[in-house]
Amino acid sequence: MLQRCGACGTFGYPARDACPACLSPDLAFTDAPRRGTLLSETTLHVPADVHFRERAPWRIGLVAMECGPTLVTHLHADCEEGGLVVMSFQLDKSGQAVAFAHPERETPNMTDDRQWREMTADPKFRRVLVTNGRSIVGQEAVAALKTAGASIVFVGVAEPWKPFRGEDALRAMAGVEIVPLDIGDEKSVADLAADIGGKIDILVNTTEHVRAGGLLDRQGTSVVRDEIDQSYLGFVHLAQAFGPAMRMRGSDGVNSAAAWVNILSVYALANWPVFGAYSASQAACLSLSHCLRAELRPGGVKVVNVFTGPLDIEWFQTVPPPKVAPRAVAGAIVSALKRGLEEVFVGDVAEDIRQRLAANPKAVERELGA
Amino acid sequence: MDSNSLMQFAGAVASGEVRVVDLTFTLSPDFPVIVLPPEFGQAAPVRIQQISRYDANGPAWYWNNLTFGEHTGTHFDAPIHWFTGKDLPNNAVDTLPVRDMIAPACVIDCSAQAAKDADFLLTIPFVEAWEKSHGRIPERHWVLLRTDWSKKGWRDYANLKDDGAHTPGPNAAVMRWLVEERGVIGFGTETIGTDAGQAGHLDPPYPAHHFLHGGGRYGLQCLCNLDQLPPTGAVIVAAPLKIQNGSGSPLRVLALIPGQG
Repeated sequence: MLQRCGACGTFGYPARDACPACLSPDLAFTDAPRRGTLLSETTLHVPADVHFRERAPWRIGLVAMECGPTLVTHLHADCEEGGLVVMSFQLDKSGQAVAFAHPERETPNMTDDRQWREMTADPKFRRVLVTNGRSIVGQEAVAALKTAGASIVFVGVAEPWKPFRGEDALRAMAGVEIVPLDIGDEKSVADLAADIGGKIDILVNTTEHVRAGGLLDRQGTSVVRDEIDQSYLGFVHLAQAFGPAMRMRGSDGVNSAAAWVNILSVYALANWPVFGAYSASQAACLSLSHCLRAELRPGGVKVVNVFTGPLDIEWFQTVPPPKVAPRAVAGAIVSALKRGLEEVFVGDVAEDIRQRLAANPKAVERELGA
Repeated sequence: MDSNSLMQFAGAVASGEVRVVDLTFTLSPDFPVIVLPPEFGQAAPVRIQQISRYDANGPAWYWNNLTFGEHTGTHFDAPIHWFTGKDLPNNAVDTLPVRDMIAPACVIDCSAQAAKDADFLLTIPFVEAWEKSHGRIPERHWVLLRTDWSKKGWRDYANLKDDGAHTPGPNAAVMRWLVEERGVIGFGTETIGTDAGQAGHLDPPYPAHHFLHGGGRYGLQCLCNLDQLPPTGAVIVAAPLKIQNGSGSPLRVLALIPGQG
């Protein structure tokens, strides 16, 4: 995405107040063609920046984009001087958008590149904790993360005395270890963090506590309280127990702590009164995720929010389609980690809400409450 | 009774002539709680939140905040817990007579039967056979069902299958009979609930709750160490928390039995 002049069509970089070609102030950010040519490369052996000094040698280069501008960029190891490259903006360890050049064609083990892995949170080789293995989303996430090459997936199961659907398959999976974890219970979370907190590279919070109803049709507060205990306080417990160690391990070699993933209802962004109290608990989690993102940033650990519409699970059985398949959520988690994204919207409903919110938030509120 | 006898009793407790057996599980977050279909309200599990532990939140002291449902851990059921007892006088834990909190017990050993059949149901003939050996169950006694269920791991203890829990308990006839013909003060089990795991299918459903509480009697569940009690002669101390209009409460259950001096 680059600035493009609305008057003459020139792409510009870096961002300016007026078009360098025609001086028009009409400069909107738009998706730009991503191809370019690597003009030159430089390997920094003693970078001035303390962050990169630890990571030296570090390759950067100058890319002439086919759409016009020339960018200073981080380089994938397989980019050759004079060769064609494909550009993208990535969030670096500090959460800053930076340019990154890939080779134009796929190369062997392309995603294993050291500099690329600094920009992403690829599950390959990493150790993952999936917090709730009872849910279908949790089980799909475990499978997707294993397929993506996670070296081990720890999967939390609360109340282990209670059997659950899919338990046998989960127990049979190679490289998957079931651990006791009841995220509503502060001590349970602290105990698990004491055991494995020092080796969790990616934490995927698959907590799922969905109950229908808003305020007036519910008697008492116990259901509301359950929602807060499971979603919000569970998040707090996880963050306090696992967050500090992850923040310390943001540059712990190949296996560095890399990301924290939340699965949030898109109704965290705009209340859906049919699931009104649930929406509110999700909004609280969304707010908390922004706090966590800021607190994990100094350690270079990303917080990824995966927004979904109603899932195709029992607790949304009264909701008409379209619904999001748990497998699609799992796929989106892995994809976001591989691409180093902070925010993804899965499925039509989530994407629809996102777009409508951007266009007219008051209309969304009114329509969801209709 | 004169004060001398009471002092003698205290002395016997201190010397070990009277042995005190703890029939209580530790109240902890991982102890199984009753599982209802998820569309019903659920018993809150035990949660222990630290306020401080000799740290910045309280340099010299350690204490916790607790949350739990009235029916978690080893707990007491008051008559108000069930619809059959809802209109009885003094039917909640704060109003029930304190003298009912100390009473003798008959312990019926069904451990062999329960080991063979998780759905074992206590029947009138079974209790009558027990009475042939140990005498008629006197009035105002607890009847405690020993199944050795408390010795199981949590998963086998809860024993949840697709169709619900499978744990032993009383049938409907024996519950009515114990209340009406034997005048028991209450009924206690090692399992989660005074009723069998599948008691929802009995007539009436949950007969222990139905008849006990309808008759103003009490329930005790999640007991342990019943294997240490004699068939007769134990005295149970079961004093629930004085919760306003409470339907039950976790509590410490103690049994006093003859010991070696």
